[in-house]
Amino acid sequence: MSAPAVWIGIPFVAGAMILFIPRVRFATLAGGIVAALLALIAMFVPIDTALLLGSFSFKISASIQILGRSLLLGAADGPLLALIYGTAALWFFGTEAAGVANRFTSLGLAIISLLVASIAVEPFLFAAPILEMAALLIIPLLVLPYQKPGRGVLRFLIHQTLAVPFILFSGWMLAGVEASPGDIGLTTQAGIMLGMGFAFLLAIFPLYNWIPMLTEETSPYVAGFLLWALPAFTVIFALGFLDRYTWLRTTPALSNAIQTAGLVMVVSGGLFAAFQRHLGRIMGYTSVAETGLMILAMGLKSAFSVEITFLLLISRGLELAIWSLGVSIIQQEKDSLRFSAVRGMIRSYPLAASALLLASLSATGFPLLAGFPPRLALWEGIASQSPNLVFWMLAGLMGLLTSAIRTLAVLVMAPEYTPWKFSENWIQGIMLGVGMIGLLILGLFPQVMHPFLSGLPAMFEHFGQ
Amino acid sequence: MFAEIVSWIAVAVILIASAGMLIGRDWRLNLGLLALQYMAAFWLVTRHWPLGMASVKLVTGWMATAALGMTRLSLPQDDNEPETSWPRGQWFRLFLAGIITLLAAAAAPRIEAAIPGLGMPVVAGSLLLIGMGLIHLGVTSQILRVISGLLTILTGFEIIYAAVESSILVAGLLAAVNMGLALAGSYLLMANSSSEGSA
Repeated sequence: MSAPAVWIGIPFVAGAMILFIPRVRFATLAGGIVAALLALIAMFVPIDTALLLGSFSFKISASIQILGRSLLLGAADGPLLALIYGTAALWFFGTEAAGVANRFTSLGLAIISLLVASIAVEPFLFAAPILEMAALLIIPLLVLPYQKPGRGVLRFLIHQTLAVPFILFSGWMLAGVEASPGDIGLTTQAGIMLGMGFAFLLAIFPLYNWIPMLTEETSPYVAGFLLWALPAFTVIFALGFLDRYTWLRTTPALSNAIQTAGLVMVVSGGLFAAFQRHLGRIMGYTSVAETGLMILAMGLKSAFSVEITFLLLISRGLELAIWSLGVSIIQQEKDSLRFSAVRGMIRSYPLAASALLLASLSATGFPLLAGFPPRLALWEGIASQSPNLVFWMLAGLMGLLTSAIRTLAVLVMAPEYTPWKFSENWIQGIMLGVGMIGLLILGLFPQVMHPFLSGLPAMFEHFGQ
Repeated sequence: MFAEIVSWIAVAVILIASAGMLIGRDWRLNLGLLALQYMAAFWLVTRHWPLGMASVKLVTGWMATAALGMTRLSLPQDDNEPETSWPRGQWFRLFLAGIITLLAAAAAPRIEAAIPGLGMPVVAGSLLLIGMGLIHLGVTSQILRVISGLLTILTGFEIIYAAVESSILVAGLLAAVNMGLALAGSYLLMANSSSEGSA
């Protein structure tokens, strides 16, 4: 048995089989259990190491060959796989509570397996078309069979597809740069191509207009899943580039460009979020700002850059899951997510509204919540480089805080004497409760993430060492 | 010499087909031109890849076109779907196609000089397709046209990428992306039609 077969093949096949389970509850359970089991195996069974169970010896080998190239998941990838499938399990267990169609679990598993393939493929440049295939699989989740496709979906499709040529071609040019590092013209061209590719993939300013459109016109839960999964793997892909090519890490202009791009996203995402009157669009702009924070972390000239980036990824996964679940539950009651429609909802959906508020406060870096430790670490990192960066990051986070306070104000604005009641069902209550406790645990005891984070830098031989 | 002449004929076919797709209103004609475009692209890819591998591009392209065509054929919509984006005049599109042709003609020799060995027809054909595809995306919001534009851009890229990368895996992945794009387009077309039917 090889690691790619376990963490790519099995979830893909399981996803296809779950498609035939008619009941949402069973599909949800099956998908969640498969993802949780894969996370546990990744956590406790080392890759490429022989294990002895009684008289039975077995080993999960690291790679398999496909069409002359290899898919490789080494021992260093174990913590990452555990994180990915653990977070995916959380998303899948929440499917029924969010009221999403049962194909979310099956397609979700297939998407995660493709995304894992994107970090396993060697050479890693070939990840670009695999990321595109994952993006294409999301389309049936974003648009229901009897739903008119919105502009956001088409723009998402266009942007993800345009990234493929840029990334693949830049990979070829980067090989040329390695051969003749003194060629400034070629280096600049390769940098521009690479930058364009990642600008499309990560939806860097001003190419993120599809995100708020998507969070407005599609299911918030599916949009949240998309906004967690694709940027997370794209960031890992980008870290691979920085690790592989020394000149990308050492060129000051490029490092500044990465930080500027991140900062613009934090500031613009935060400011736009502050002026929105739609819960879905606020979630979209907040995710833009969070992607900006990750880009900012990648551009840090610090040995802790990788740890901070992954810490941001973990908190983002949990925040988006809770946030989108809360919004989805509210949307089941009210068709519109505009402020005028959701006024006073905390009286009838206290858990959903609280989860939504906690997640949005966590995104602003509110103390005691999951988003606080990574933002504090990032703040410390950029403060050592430039006070200007600190100021602009603060401006972006203030924008997010404004949007969180406005959301709070709208949700509690119920007519006088409106009775309090729990309208969430028990599954929704459990999922929201677990999520909120998770946000608090990650905020109060961030060291619980240490077993995962300590092993992650080993994935990258040079970057962040 | 013969191969060079045929390559230039392929470039001419690409120019006519891609400009025709940009200007044409009839979806049947447009999909026919897309299939023709794949034929010309196939020839340009054979300049750098063996025939067997290059034929993957042709077969995939035609399958993608067939998937889109069969889906569109099954939809009960009016043939003359109104275009919502502006400007929408045929002369304007022809003007844009002319600009792209000029840009491709100007840039092709420079790219050929920067990356020797690609071949002028390969570079010119590739640039034409990428440019026309981008223009296509800029002037339309119709699902079928957007997917055609994306497929056109990818075809243009694949022609030039075939000259620098001959991995079987990447050929397979790009073929899967093309098919996936066509299938996603078919799904969106059906969803769009169903929503209008139920409205």
